[in-house]
Amino acid sequence: MSTLRILVPVKRVIDYAVKPRVNKAQTAVEIAGVKHSMNPFDELSVEESVRLREKHTQKTVEDILAISIGPPKAADTLRTAMAMGCDRSIHVEVPEKDEMLEPLQVAKILKEVVDKEGSNLVILGKQSIDDDSSQTGQMLAGLLGWGQACGASEVALDGEYLKVTKEVDGGTETVKGKLPMVVTTDLRLNEPRYASLPNIMKAKKKKLEKKKLEDFQVRAENRLKNLKVTEPPPRQGGGKVEDVDGLISKLKELGAL
Amino acid sequence: MSTALRHQVINIYKELLYLGRSYPLGYTYFRTRLHKAFTNNSSLTKEEDILRAIARAEFVKKEIEALYYLKKYRAMSQRYGHG
Repeated sequence: MSTLRILVPVKRVIDYAVKPRVNKAQTAVEIAGVKHSMNPFDELSVEESVRLREKHTQKTVEDILAISIGPPKAADTLRTAMAMGCDRSIHVEVPEKDEMLEPLQVAKILKEVVDKEGSNLVILGKQSIDDDSSQTGQMLAGLLGWGQACGASEVALDGEYLKVTKEVDGGTETVKGKLPMVVTTDLRLNEPRYASLPNIMKAKKKKLEKKKLEDFQVRAENRLKNLKVTEPPPRQGGGKVEDVDGLISKLKELGAL
Repeated sequence: MSTALRHQVINIYKELLYLGRSYPLGYTYFRTRLHKAFTNNSSLTKEEDILRAIARAEFVKKEIEALYYLKKYRAMSQRYGHG
């Protein structure tokens, strides 16, 4: 039975409860002075790796490494991940700007980390709630040439194999794959624990390795350019009609009759 | 009150305060109520009474964590779920 070395990539995104605002130049969403937190789907993947360790043994799950590629403040997100139970983390620091790295660049960096750290299981969130690309996991699996199971609602370790259940239209689908593998998490996989104050304090003692983009063979230029970002049109309020005749004339006016 | 108990009370108070930072109705709302709840029990002297109050605080802590989880899950389910 092989030991698991899990890599958990996490992303710092605008908090799910915050209503995003488009900036004046209509080039991106306003991020300055907005509350950020860990991407909810990434919380699920952190929780799942910690549960794998709790369910099996410390020996089976040898290492849980969290990684984040983002601005200096992404370190807070990594602290949260470590407070939830990750052993150590890597922070690839990129300068804060409006444009984010693209999924392909992220996948390439992750591939280099996987090769260097000898990870054999990568658990990612299926998408981030800011750009909603839902590509990084798939691209990483492609680059590594590993099997992938996306949108997991249940993960079970069985020796060298991983059995993953996914929610599909009208039922569930179960796939089985041999390690190494890439798994992306769906909403109903588990209930992430809350990173409590004492655990956050303890997490400060865990190792956080800082790296720069230059440490990787990845070019920072984006292949795509955001042309315009706009808010959805405001909802048109409904109108009241006096009586049946009013309703009929209104419907005729709208061409429904 | 023994020092050990005193520490326990202060610790749980701090933990609750930390949780309150992300309370939906705002930190001030949470803090004033939390403070009041602890002041109301400040006259307790018997050890078993204090332990019972701490157990209640632990229960409230779990409830708040569950509330946060549910709130997030519902929002995410609405946005990304299968309807």
